[in-house]
Amino acid sequence: MLERHWTWHRVKEFLIEKCIYLSGVTSIVIVALIFIFLAKEGFALFKTVGVGEFLLGIKWYPISHPAQFGILPLIIGSLVVTIGATLIAVPIGVASAVYISEVASGKIKEVLKSGIEVLAAIPSVVLGFIGMMTLVPWVKAVFNLPTGLTAFSGALMLGFMAMPTIVSIAEDALNAVPKRYKEAALALGATRWQAIWRVVFPAASSGIVAAVMLGIGRVIGETMAVMMITGNAARIPTTIFEPVRTLTATIAAEMGETVRGSDHYSALFAIGIVLFIITFMINLIADIAVHHKAK
Amino acid sequence: MHTMIETHQLNFFYGSFHGLIDINLAVAQYQITALIGPSGCGKSTLLRTFNRMNDLIENVRVTGRVFIDGVDIYTPQTDLVNLRKKVGMVFQRPNPFALSVAENILFSVKIHKTAPASQYEAILEESLRAVDLWEALKDKLHRSALQLSLEQQQRLCIARLLPVKPDILLMDEPCSALDPMSTAHIEELMRMLKVNYTILIVTHNMQQAARVSDFAAFLYLGELIEFGSTEKMFTVPKDRRTEEYLTGKFG
Repeated sequence: MLERHWTWHRVKEFLIEKCIYLSGVTSIVIVALIFIFLAKEGFALFKTVGVGEFLLGIKWYPISHPAQFGILPLIIGSLVVTIGATLIAVPIGVASAVYISEVASGKIKEVLKSGIEVLAAIPSVVLGFIGMMTLVPWVKAVFNLPTGLTAFSGALMLGFMAMPTIVSIAEDALNAVPKRYKEAALALGATRWQAIWRVVFPAASSGIVAAVMLGIGRVIGETMAVMMITGNAARIPTTIFEPVRTLTATIAAEMGETVRGSDHYSALFAIGIVLFIITFMINLIADIAVHHKAK
Repeated sequence: MHTMIETHQLNFFYGSFHGLIDINLAVAQYQITALIGPSGCGKSTLLRTFNRMNDLIENVRVTGRVFIDGVDIYTPQTDLVNLRKKVGMVFQRPNPFALSVAENILFSVKIHKTAPASQYEAILEESLRAVDLWEALKDKLHRSALQLSLEQQQRLCIARLLPVKPDILLMDEPCSALDPMSTAHIEELMRMLKVNYTILIVTHNMQQAARVSDFAAFLYLGELIEFGSTEKMFTVPKDRRTEEYLTGKFG
């Protein structure tokens, strides 16, 4: 009775196991295929344009004769908008996470949490549209600029888009800190603020770093809203109140007009590789931060 | 003997639940007093009224009076920070902060700014020596406290209280997460500490109460049934319920 037989139970077990294995492998295969496709299309550019010329060139004239494919203005455009959005989103996002998790009680907490979720659910094109109609004229008027389509407007808008990610993940990290830490701090005569700042916060630091990195990842990858409100001028800005063009917006705006297989087409894929590497690095840092303290 | 903690008609309500009923208790200085009784009898609640940790729970009401060293601590003028500096607490599960050993010890010094940075080293050594951890940890001061053994963590939690110079140490089942050897070590430590501190310990463990305490209070269903010297209570209990509990008829 104890030897193995092909019973229905064992067949079922076998099938379920293989199905799970297959789904796991599928996601990896798809990622690999995407990267191979990206690389195949993108690397074709480097037959005619050097890598240094591509990354550090300051002129993006893809349809001139001769065409120039320098993406430095685009990289700087993405960086300016991302750094700006991060500077706005991180302090406000982390502070609201602290408020929701440590200070707010009962009803307020529930209202805030669902409010954040609603904010995360707004499609970016809608936010971009609202930004174009309200934020852009406001920036133009307040700062007395020739146009409100600036890096600053984009940063502000993206800051609000990154916030839900930062708040919800940071809040989870803060909630995961055992209550006994806070209790111990209070029993030592710490005020509520001291307990949060000196004990709860350091204990949640890895999760908060992850929240920030994922928020930044969201900002760098965002396309629609930035395309609508940053002005899309492919030149290096001298202040944040000038139009910029980001890496993502360039791909989205120009892909429809390129001839398949042309240098311009490959250049857009090469931009895709650059973006891929940037977001990969950010996720890697977030991952390291999470696992660093988890030990 | 000087009275360190005194309660008058202390009542505690959690919502509609009457958790402590008319408690009158006087705790002597430099003695170890054990609070014993079955689960849910209110012994931990009573302990937590002495440093007002119950304030953290919503829906709680306290009537009656509690005097710490002669001062009523349930008045609107009571400063919780000063109260908790005077009355330190050790919890059931060791709860060192997720910081280094040194940061744990210096936490109270830093938040209360009781000493300049130049004295930190001396404070570290003194506090760790008091709980007999100095030799083991003097080269590991900057390691995370979470890497220590449970016994060391609990010792660290006791050491962490000492720099603010409390008068009273409240211990809420401090050995329940520890093995018998570690328990014996902590009990030994309590005997050492009672020279300088008034200690209150909540324990489930009757042998522990018998071994370590000078006085014992038996609580049952929120009432203080019997209070007196441990030796007397454990040999000739006055109340039938005390006797039944001590002999293991219920628990």
